[in-house]
Amino acid sequence: MAAGILVSMTRIDKKPRNNGEGAAGIAVSVRGLVKHFGDTKALDGVDLDVREGTVLGVLGPNGAGKTTLVRCLSTLLVPDAGTAVVAGYDVVRQPRQLRRTIGLTGQYASVDEKLSGRENLYMIGRLLDLSRKEARSRADELLERFSLTDAGKRLAATYSGGMRRRLDLAASMIGHPAVLYLDEPTTGLDPRTRNEVWDEVRRMVAEGATVLLTTQYMEEAEQLASELTVIDRGRVIANGEVDELKARVGGRTLQIRPTDPEQLGAMARAVTEAGLDGVSGTQVVPDEGVLNVPILSDEQLTAVVGLLGSRGYGIAHIGTHLPSLDEVFLAITGQKTADSQDATRKTEEVAA
Amino acid sequence: MSATTTVNAPAQQAPSPPRAAVGSDDARIGLRANLRHIGALARRNMLQIKADPESMFDAVLMPIIFVLLFVYVFGGAMFGDGNRGQYVNYLVPGLMAMMGLNIAMAVGTGVNDDFKKGVMDRFRTMPIARSSVLIAKMVVEVGRMLVATTILLIMGFILGLSVSTSVFGLLGAIGLSLVFGASLMWIFILLGLTMKTVQAVQGVAMLVLMPLQFGSSIFAKPTTMPGWLQSFTDYNPLSNLADAARGLITGGPVAHSALMTLAWSAGITLVTAPLAVAKFRKRT
Repeated sequence: MAAGILVSMTRIDKKPRNNGEGAAGIAVSVRGLVKHFGDTKALDGVDLDVREGTVLGVLGPNGAGKTTLVRCLSTLLVPDAGTAVVAGYDVVRQPRQLRRTIGLTGQYASVDEKLSGRENLYMIGRLLDLSRKEARSRADELLERFSLTDAGKRLAATYSGGMRRRLDLAASMIGHPAVLYLDEPTTGLDPRTRNEVWDEVRRMVAEGATVLLTTQYMEEAEQLASELTVIDRGRVIANGEVDELKARVGGRTLQIRPTDPEQLGAMARAVTEAGLDGVSGTQVVPDEGVLNVPILSDEQLTAVVGLLGSRGYGIAHIGTHLPSLDEVFLAITGQKTADSQDATRKTEEVAA
Repeated sequence: MSATTTVNAPAQQAPSPPRAAVGSDDARIGLRANLRHIGALARRNMLQIKADPESMFDAVLMPIIFVLLFVYVFGGAMFGDGNRGQYVNYLVPGLMAMMGLNIAMAVGTGVNDDFKKGVMDRFRTMPIARSSVLIAKMVVEVGRMLVATTILLIMGFILGLSVSTSVFGLLGAIGLSLVFGASLMWIFILLGLTMKTVQAVQGVAMLVLMPLQFGSSIFAKPTTMPGWLQSFTDYNPLSNLADAARGLITGGPVAHSALMTLAWSAGITLVTAPLAVAKFRKRT
């Protein structure tokens, strides 16, 4: 089933690539990449392309192989098989040229906590062969750009999570890398700092950087990426443009919180039995006291809320959210992600 | 040594030896760039000390405590109650070997701790020779050794150490102990990169260090020891260094022990430095 989708998505996504975008080059090209750790197949034959000046989102759950992929592409790991060419350089045969063209911001902030923000950036500048003067001015320029000027003299150990991630991004930008790897750049950040990081990434792309972004969040991929590769257990299970993938997954989830939680079951039955056009898979989440209704359009939202209102059910709150990673996986493969199965067991499905 | 460690300039002109991982990789790092990288990384290590001054405690306090402890605990037993001054002249040059050993041990635990951090990943994805990270660390640690040795000598002078040779003899002894200490660092860097935890590094280090330290001529004259132990101390590099330092500071034969110390330093470096660099390159 997964293979069928893969074929169809690939076919669709080739069209605009040849017609619309003209002859944009490929900045990152990965073919059949394999990396095993003992019996664990962290990467089991991954193929992907990132076009110059675009963001490719690599979406997958914990342990899917995202970080291993980034580590192979940044010369921290040598793959067991397959090829990867970044900015024209082979990751295995030309690691040193390649290191001149890439920037890496990992899951764990890769800055020195015992140095000030400014000293961190100055050091990286010197390691990239800038003169003392150039390194100083580049450090100040990037501190300003990432809103860290005031904190520049403080030790990085005193920075908040968001500041550290911004410093990390700044450090990755010093050498004007052609290709930037962002490995789960917002994991563990609160929504506000997450938005700050997103703004910076958008700015880098606007300035022409090519980005390979790994994430566990569909929302992040949708915010930043133009194309998506979904991986699980070291294999690509789908790829294509974000909009296509979203269309497959089926849009948003409408979340309804009744004034009386006792009525959850009755409300779910009412929605299911009404058989509204295109509305199916209504779920009750008793722990959170909400009803989840997958919807494809605003009309359906109106219809569901209208139905419940006309039956006299009280609604305390409604909201919509984009599909979670698990819902994406469910739509693509018909399976839940391995690490979410326990969590979703609590969610009882309402039989039609 | 392999191609990535282009510390010496001539290696750049030489045809690159075939390597498993790197084939047609011609983006070599020149000598000047390499020195600049080492300088930037050494600055990082110095700033770390500045941010965490307590990390200098060992280099500052160890020589003071060692000298006081050994002179007043063993001095009387060795040379008689009224002759502690003689033991100072025997002990302090020998302790120069101890300073190098103990600072080098701290490098192992520091490397183990430091290299677990994300910033190492950044260094390893940058266009710098990977050996420069290790060499920068060594440069700063040799500086710490110099601090420890200086404090040791000051303590010695306070308690009655007298230089009966010349200032050049004293400088020679300091230089020799730094050379030997630097070579020891490679062993502990290798250990630090190999062992999983700081505790493991410390455990193994203590196990090796205790017999080496006390089975030497640092604290007591080997002539007072049984024959089998004497033959061990004869070949113990710490004895060689202690004897050489003694000769250079208080007079006596120097040539044999100094040559043995240099030979040990060269041997240790030649074996462990390439292994340590290779280990650092491969560590994931």
